[in-house]
Amino acid sequence: MATTPELLPYGRIREDLFRPLSGVSRNYVLATVVAFVIGAAGLVAWGHQLRSGMGVTGLRRPVFWGFYLVNFVFWIGISHAGTLISAILRLTDAAWRKPVTRAAEAITVFALMIGAMFPIIHLGRGWLFYWLFPYPNGRMLWPNFRSPLLWDVTAITTYLTGSVIYLYLPLIPDLAQLAEHRTLWRRTLYRTLSLGWTGSDREWHALERAMKLMAGMILAVAVSVHTVVAWDFAMTVAPMWHSTIFGPYFVTGAIFSGIAALIVVLAALRKILHLEFYLTRHHFNNLAKLLLLMSLLWFYFTMAENLTVWYGNDPGEMAVFAARTRARYAPYFWTMVLLNFVVPLVLLGIRRLRTIRTATIASACVLVGMWLERYLIIVPTLANPRLASASSTYTPSWVELAITAATFAAMVMLYMVFSKLFPIIAVWEFKPHPLEEE
Amino acid sequence: MERRWGMTIDLDRCTGCQACVVACHAENNLPVSGPVEAAKGRAVHWIRVDRYYEGTFPDVKVKYMPVMCQHCDDAPCEPVCPVYATYHNAEGLNVQVYNRCVGTFYCANNCPYTVRYFNWFEPEWPEPLQLHHNPDVAVRPGGVMEKCTFCIQRIKRTKQDAAQEGRPVVDGDVQPACVQSCPAEAMTFGDLNDPNSKVSRLAESGRATRLLEELGTKPKVIYLQRGK
Repeated sequence: MATTPELLPYGRIREDLFRPLSGVSRNYVLATVVAFVIGAAGLVAWGHQLRSGMGVTGLRRPVFWGFYLVNFVFWIGISHAGTLISAILRLTDAAWRKPVTRAAEAITVFALMIGAMFPIIHLGRGWLFYWLFPYPNGRMLWPNFRSPLLWDVTAITTYLTGSVIYLYLPLIPDLAQLAEHRTLWRRTLYRTLSLGWTGSDREWHALERAMKLMAGMILAVAVSVHTVVAWDFAMTVAPMWHSTIFGPYFVTGAIFSGIAALIVVLAALRKILHLEFYLTRHHFNNLAKLLLLMSLLWFYFTMAENLTVWYGNDPGEMAVFAARTRARYAPYFWTMVLLNFVVPLVLLGIRRLRTIRTATIASACVLVGMWLERYLIIVPTLANPRLASASSTYTPSWVELAITAATFAAMVMLYMVFSKLFPIIAVWEFKPHPLEEE
Repeated sequence: MERRWGMTIDLDRCTGCQACVVACHAENNLPVSGPVEAAKGRAVHWIRVDRYYEGTFPDVKVKYMPVMCQHCDDAPCEPVCPVYATYHNAEGLNVQVYNRCVGTFYCANNCPYTVRYFNWFEPEWPEPLQLHHNPDVAVRPGGVMEKCTFCIQRIKRTKQDAAQEGRPVVDGDVQPACVQSCPAEAMTFGDLNDPNSKVSRLAESGRATRLLEELGTKPKVIYLQRGK
């Protein structure tokens, strides 16, 4: 690569990356308002559901989990963009990671916040969600630690706490640089959040150590989180849920969709914030190769899962398998295979076709495909229980659709606000080493 | 010795008349869902009669199978509940504590028999059914899961009455509403730990089978049917 941001003078980099923080364009306002309206519509829908009951959803016996759980798994999957990718790149000291990590870590935090809402939204009595927390309560009762849902609560709160710290730590030096900002409220915000960072040797060492430590720990937590999400399904006796490979299968799918989300977000940032010089073909090329690798891995798992079921020919499982591949859900299934495997393989596997644009297109396809994958895992199994007399179908209601749309709007809104408040690329990482400075 | 309540259902006797379904509705204050919600699969019937068709038209035989909570000894619904809303009591019943339930649906998803029912809305009864409520049974609020209890209120009442009269509870004293109402006398209820009870003797019969026995849930509802 001929041009890398490292070759630019540090002053220019600072200017480029701090510029998006000031000034609000008309498009920004417009996008925020649209996102806010969609988000508000979702809140109204949720209010309606809390008031009237879960009957306003499309759920019914035996399909007790629908769009909400699909969204839950999807967003927790997206959250694996950040932390996992940035932690792997940090630990392996990949030099190209610098402009990518913060954007990725921010996705993690917001996707987790959104994903963690769904277990609450899907509850029959959502206002009692805190009964799942282990605290000394009036009922003199601990929650049931044998329940995978409690493992979920534990894993996700740990992950959210960890990734907020992981996002925050490398922000501190940038916040300190911004502490002299012109506007008063920004000055106060940055000064408070920078925790009195002065940039001394001791502070740098402490930060470096803390980040290394967090990168290692967050890696383990991230893997465990999606494994536990998979176990919500795998621990049951339901046909095609009760599968030993679900843990790694879900982790693979999560990283897969996470990288796709990261590529889409980076492409948008590049275009909107004019970061062409910072987010180059080089970055997209590397991420696209990673995406291709995950696509192959995902296909391998999907094949292993479905082939063994088909060959085993267990009647309970075959009912689900047939519904997925040959009957009601077949169009979704084959679309999923197309979007998650064929499209990335062609667009990213053939080097001539691998550009920023095709990487973005393939990533958008993967996001849709991975959402479908979760739908195909959750709904057909529930709709085809072991006693065929109870079989049913599921169509989401407007409430579920509105809440689903609202979460995407919330993601856009949170990300836009974040990129206005904090530099979306870590500026200090481009700072020349003091010894190289003349 | 602790009791272990169980039931036998003689499928060779069952006529599929649904009297058990109606009796259960009346006894247990089951909400009336109405035709629209029922068509969506939202109706609550703690006991339902499944139909199985044998042969090809016109030579068809229908077999009926009443299915309710099987009160499994190793119930898959129990460990997955994060708030202990469903658990095993000392007499082997799989009980549901409505007040603890937050509505995660997890128990229903892990029930291979699909016998758990959810209150999609606050319960409703068309006039004048709201006047017939059984005072011994709690009305469940919207947002919680419910299912067959083996008429636990009748078990408790029988034990209380017996204690007051200073006599032991004997076989046949407790009859859940479905058992009591079955005109074909296909259902028998009693203590499986008592080797001399009628239900124990029937459970030993060569016709005894259990539903989805291969899953290892150890159901306490035992079906009786002749071999092919």
